[in-house]
Amino acid sequence: MSDALPIEVTSPTPLLELRGISKEFPGVKALDDVSFAVYPGEVHMLLGENGAGKSSLMKVLCGAYRADAGEFYYEGKKVAISSTADAQKLGIAVIFQEFSLVPYLDIAQNIFLGREPKGHIPGTIDRRKILADAKRVLDTIGFDIDPSTIVDKLGVAQQQMVEIAKAISQNARILVMDEPTAALSDRETELLFALIARLKADGVSIVYISHRMAEVFALGDRITVLRDGRRIDGVRPADVTPDQLVRMMVGRNVDMTYPRNFADKPGELLLEVKGLTASTGISDINIEVRRGEIVGLCGLVGSGRSEVARAIFGADPVSAGEIIFDGKTISGEPDLAARRGIALIPESRKSEGLALLRSVSDNLVVSALRKLFPSGLFDQRGAQRTSDALIRQLRIATPSARQTVGLLSGGNQQKVVIGKWLAAGSKLFIFDEPTRGIDIGAKSEIFALIDRLVAEGAAALMISSEQVEICHVCDRAYVMREGRIAGHLNRNELTEENIVRLGMHHA
Amino acid sequence: MTDITKEAIMPPRSFLSQDAIQVFYRLLAALLICAVLAVLSDSFLSLGNILNVLRQASLTFFIASGLTLVVLTAGLDLSVGANVALSACIAGTVIHKTGSPALGILTGLACGGIVGLLNGIMVTALRIPSFIATYGMLWVLNGLTYWYMAGETLHGFPAGFRQIGSGYLFGLPIPIYLLLVFLGIGTLFAQRTIWGQEIYAIGANPVAARLSGIPVARRLLLVYAVSGTMAGLASIIFLSRLNSAEADIGESLTLPAIAAVLIGGTSLFGGVGTVFGTFIGALILTLVLNGMNLLSVSANWQPLVTGIIVILAVWLDMKTRRRAQ
Repeated sequence: MSDALPIEVTSPTPLLELRGISKEFPGVKALDDVSFAVYPGEVHMLLGENGAGKSSLMKVLCGAYRADAGEFYYEGKKVAISSTADAQKLGIAVIFQEFSLVPYLDIAQNIFLGREPKGHIPGTIDRRKILADAKRVLDTIGFDIDPSTIVDKLGVAQQQMVEIAKAISQNARILVMDEPTAALSDRETELLFALIARLKADGVSIVYISHRMAEVFALGDRITVLRDGRRIDGVRPADVTPDQLVRMMVGRNVDMTYPRNFADKPGELLLEVKGLTASTGISDINIEVRRGEIVGLCGLVGSGRSEVARAIFGADPVSAGEIIFDGKTISGEPDLAARRGIALIPESRKSEGLALLRSVSDNLVVSALRKLFPSGLFDQRGAQRTSDALIRQLRIATPSARQTVGLLSGGNQQKVVIGKWLAAGSKLFIFDEPTRGIDIGAKSEIFALIDRLVAEGAAALMISSEQVEICHVCDRAYVMREGRIAGHLNRNELTEENIVRLGMHHA
Repeated sequence: MTDITKEAIMPPRSFLSQDAIQVFYRLLAALLICAVLAVLSDSFLSLGNILNVLRQASLTFFIASGLTLVVLTAGLDLSVGANVALSACIAGTVIHKTGSPALGILTGLACGGIVGLLNGIMVTALRIPSFIATYGMLWVLNGLTYWYMAGETLHGFPAGFRQIGSGYLFGLPIPIYLLLVFLGIGTLFAQRTIWGQEIYAIGANPVAARLSGIPVARRLLLVYAVSGTMAGLASIIFLSRLNSAEADIGESLTLPAIAAVLIGGTSLFGGVGTVFGTFIGALILTLVLNGMNLLSVSANWQPLVTGIIVILAVWLDMKTRRRAQ
């Protein structure tokens, strides 16, 4: 695993260079002799599977972690980054996935938090100046909004803009962005890309962590691939293919074809949704799912896909319409839907899918308690046996069933969420973004698992923003637009273009 | 299928569960306090004193055991003390009017349970945060009790009834038997029933619990009803031991019960803790107060010491758990 030769660049000295950075935690080498350089005005993509060391490198960069070994050079001069203050002084700012804004303060206060211009009376803030200053910063990034808007009222994309504005106001010269498009719609993503181009032109360098191949090629000037805490290679997008990058990330050929064995003909009707309407913004939804099918539910973020899933599961109240499952009408709370055999694998597994502080075993049996222990008496050893079987079956990488589930990687956490419904013996699995934040290898495992489920007579309704996933995995798909079903695509019509065309406004 | 399953690098969890380790620490602390008191005071190790400690701890424990379940769901029941007062006064009246202790006991338990159920309805159906709902309930109950008693004191109950709080069986006070029974029931309920498991799951993440198919509202109703019923039980023992009831008997009960829960290692954030820990918590609290009495330390210092123990216990708890993570 020798380091590749450095790539020649137009600018001779890097803005920031890391040499031989190592960082060890008890039992794991998070970073192992990683070298990494950022040149002025470039977008440097940082690639790697979950656990490859991207986050650790990012935290070393911004001073949150102190490297055990290695050197930092800023414009060729040796510097130390041993605290976040050091990093800030060098103009390094990080936009984390979880924003660090104060929700009940306005945009201007957030941008200048801790650096507010003082008013005449001691202890007060010069309101006029802070608003004017904020407006100026927002203008430089082309974000047209009233700086006195409370941050809590902003959408994810707008909050991200405020974070960027805050970084720019601190004269950031290196902006580290951790999967910035993960929660953005296509339109918002375009706006973000335009902003990145603008920042680049101003000489700001961007370190960009992404799981999305398309972005890597659309944005990146250079790419650094990490794997198991080591730098595998540094390349230019023009010199590699996506397949080559994937191979670098996983260290072997990954079969990115999606494992799916399509059935000759679908089974009996399992779920029938008629005219479903809910106050969460969906109306007149008609959906059918048969046994042995994977049915896609696509559309833009915010088109009501998750709301449909939640309404079917009973998580949100329904105002009109009918849900017929396995021949019987259901209406009520999630416990009823779960008992009948419906499973929801929610979008945010950490906040909605798992009790992070509880053990893998506790999480795996939580939906199956009544089935596993019909007498009502719980038995830790029985739970352990069921969990061990599921851990083997799903190949969940955990030292034991007693491990705290929050310590597992994203892919393994997702397997635990799915496993809990396997234990419960569910018949219909509703997946809401099942592969979000999961590395490529685990993704293909998850799809293989879904394929196996439906082959055994279950059915799946799958929401995904990755249209390519829908196209490869689903038997057919519904496309949503503004809270309604905009169209239905059969297997032979299922293309990314068709999904986009149906999902776009006024198409 | 590709084999991406990496060998996980985290250390395995130790043989004993986190909860067991935390309970063990507390037992150690209780023994340490006993050892210190045995050295400092001659009368501490006398049988009479030890039984006295256990009897006092039992009353706190009855209230605190039900409360533990509430706290495990990340809730709080501030109305337990006021509930004890109302239930005691109503039970006492029934015994006086009918002459039947059995009917009085049933009424006391029912009164406690109904109050708990009302708390549960406020928390689930009306979605009022438990802290506020039960705080309001505290005032309502106090108001009802003061109005009902109108400054009177109920006094003098049948000898048979008084046996519950002050009688002995094979040389041990009856409340100690009740303590053991309810310690057993509480521990079994929390650790060995699926309802108990669901309560832990709700406390750990209520949203995930609901989306995992747990009937969260029904379980919360149960938990508040149990907490109220245990307050009802405490009211009977109180009534029987004091042989009297007044409107203000509950005022000094709620905060020690919360202290026992916290010292016992149950987290106010929910999902973590044990009923047995609460028992040790009640024991530690009682031991320290007993020791202060034996050493003739002024009772004025007791609240201060209780406060310090609670803060110390929670701090140590956070520290040891964090290290374990």
